[in-house]
Amino acid sequence: MRASPAPALLEVEHLTMRFGGLVAINDLCFTARRGEITALIGPNGAGKTTVFNCITGFYKPTEGRIAVAHGDARLWSELDALTLCGDRKLTRPDGALFLLERMPDHLVTRQAKVARTFQNIRLFSGMTVLENLLVAQHAPLMVASGFTLLGVLGFPSYARAERAAVDKARHWLALTGLIERADEPAGALPYGAQRRLEIARAMCTDPVLLCLDEPAAGLNPRESAALNDLILTIRDAHNTSVLLIEHDMSVVMEISDHVVVLDYGVKIADGSPAAVRNDQKVIAAYLGVADDEVEAAEAEVGL
Amino acid sequence: MSPNGATPLALRAVKDAAIWGAVALGLFVPLIALQAVQDIRGELRLETRWPLLVVLVALVVAGSLLNSLVITPWQERRARAAPRPDGSAGRFAAGLGRWFPPFAIGFVTVFPFLALWLVGFQGGLKWIDNFGIQILIYVMLGFGLNIVVGLAGLLDLGYVAFYAVGAYSYALLAKEFGLSFFTLLPLAGILAAFWGILLGFPVLRLRGDYLAIVTLAFGEIIRLVLINWVPVTNGYAGISGIPRPTFFGIPFNASDSGFAAVFGLEFSPIYRSVFLYYIILALALVTAFVTVRLRRLPIGRAWEALREDEIACRSLGIDTTTTKLTAFAIGAMFGGFAGSFFAARQGFISPESFTFMESATILAIVVLGGMGSQIGVAIAAVAMIGGTELLRELDALKAVFGREFDPTQYRMLLFGFAMVLIMIWKPRGLIATRDPSVFLKERKAVSGSLVKEGHG
Repeated sequence: MRASPAPALLEVEHLTMRFGGLVAINDLCFTARRGEITALIGPNGAGKTTVFNCITGFYKPTEGRIAVAHGDARLWSELDALTLCGDRKLTRPDGALFLLERMPDHLVTRQAKVARTFQNIRLFSGMTVLENLLVAQHAPLMVASGFTLLGVLGFPSYARAERAAVDKARHWLALTGLIERADEPAGALPYGAQRRLEIARAMCTDPVLLCLDEPAAGLNPRESAALNDLILTIRDAHNTSVLLIEHDMSVVMEISDHVVVLDYGVKIADGSPAAVRNDQKVIAAYLGVADDEVEAAEAEVGL
Repeated sequence: MSPNGATPLALRAVKDAAIWGAVALGLFVPLIALQAVQDIRGELRLETRWPLLVVLVALVVAGSLLNSLVITPWQERRARAAPRPDGSAGRFAAGLGRWFPPFAIGFVTVFPFLALWLVGFQGGLKWIDNFGIQILIYVMLGFGLNIVVGLAGLLDLGYVAFYAVGAYSYALLAKEFGLSFFTLLPLAGILAAFWGILLGFPVLRLRGDYLAIVTLAFGEIIRLVLINWVPVTNGYAGISGIPRPTFFGIPFNASDSGFAAVFGLEFSPIYRSVFLYYIILALALVTAFVTVRLRRLPIGRAWEALREDEIACRSLGIDTTTTKLTAFAIGAMFGGFAGSFFAARQGFISPESFTFMESATILAIVVLGGMGSQIGVAIAAVAMIGGTELLRELDALKAVFGREFDPTQYRMLLFGFAMVLIMIWKPRGLIATRDPSVFLKERKAVSGSLVKEGHG
């Protein structure tokens, strides 16, 4: 833990998501700070993936505000003014402020620089590993190809941009140990390699915040340890903060700087890994309580 | 095959053959054995054709036996012998991709002269016009639809609409304003692309079967408008007297200022056909070249990524709306080019030329070729269009089936039969592997089993 808290990168306020009568997330507030790994944990069905879908624009939240700030931390003071003026972003030379709940999904990645992976891996299985990483660099390559026109005519600017894109892909392939398999179809990789490739692909969009949805699911202990190192490298060497959904406590407790616990769409704990581990509500949510203690436990958690 | 394994195999084969024979018998008794014939007094009489029925059922039984005793065991042995766990297909496909295109381009460039040299001026016209030009039109349409169906994975059953838009654009603008073919060619392409975008908007949110139905309806709407908007399109009667392309202003006719007279040649319709052949060849090559380029550009990769997984595309900052619309627009544009060429070549167009059957043929070319493969589409167009044209020529069959046998009547039957066989033999099309658009160390073709077909 750091002595003074880092400035906030992502601010989720009063987030509520209802599907018909079902309240999947209820009045959730939390903050992910710059340069930190924030873990979002909770029992199955707690609404963790729904939070991710709201942050990355796949769902439009019923209520609430989700804001991301790049650059100067003083931009946060403009947040209320931006919300009132009805715009979805504020850009200044020293940074930018985005209201994610107002942005369509592809702009969340392209402009607000929030990238994500999926719980059930979503790779382009018929394309090679390298192609997967080039698709992730679509937006800058599109500009370099003159929105296809210059590229079709064979201008050299596109060839240069593509070489740079391949170099970036090579960097991530080396980091994830996939460089030897770069020309193989993504669908032919073993499971653990597919997980790493999905992270590498998300990182190729140059995110400031990387949202990982259960990256350790289905990995063996050795692979999960390698994953820990990869996530720490992303945090420390690439200036990218991480928001993590995970069930594997060896990952969560070892690498997170900050843990948020959800249960039935409500935040029940928020703090350092050590504090959360000893929290009575968290223990009750995960392990349940004996029958004769239900009432006492319910009173304690405020139900 | 071990001796104790052979008995059940033979037994199963006989059982299968018996079932197939029974099905064939049941189907063919009403279809083949019984024939209603009008006699001299105009009354219908029922005639029977038992020998033919026996021959056909015997053929089905023999085919079933052949399949279960020879072909299936052979395929199983081959599948066991060559497992490819890494999913990368063999080097054969990659090698085919390297040597085939230069060879094919060389052949189609010299084809008209080869035809003239081999069969003379009289027979050459048929080969250049019926085979060369006709096949190249479909190659071009196949390339265009391949962008939408093969690359972007959006099933389009109404592609002929863009072909029609291109044809009518050229016909109407050329007749009304007297503009030349080469001025109107890009314009027809742009108009078709515009209609492609117009189709794209309502179907952006549709997938699979629903997308197919709407595109099918779109094709029919265009055809019905052409039929019913009589003041503009002249309805069923069509548009005739469409101006033909000229050789830099020199028309191909028998007049003193015609092509033959200017170059001191004897007049013959062959010159126009050769000229048209090279126009459509150039158009098809440009289409192929542009598509190859597009596949290596971000837009082409985005199309393929869209076919593989749309949600993942959105999570990577790709705007799926514009990506789908560009696929529809560029595919439609090539259809429009082909359409305006078709109108210029025929000199007459009517809604009859733009029925659903055309869409189905073009789609069959793309599917048969192997979705996404340019070489496959070209080979499939040659096989489908050239094959059906060749079936007109099979007069030799008259010797087998008697003088009344008309091979052209069996064209579509044989054609459908061939399609079924090829789909059994190669379910992912002739070229079932995908050529990656970029590589780090070595270009390895991707096995078709990993490539998705899109949600269309």
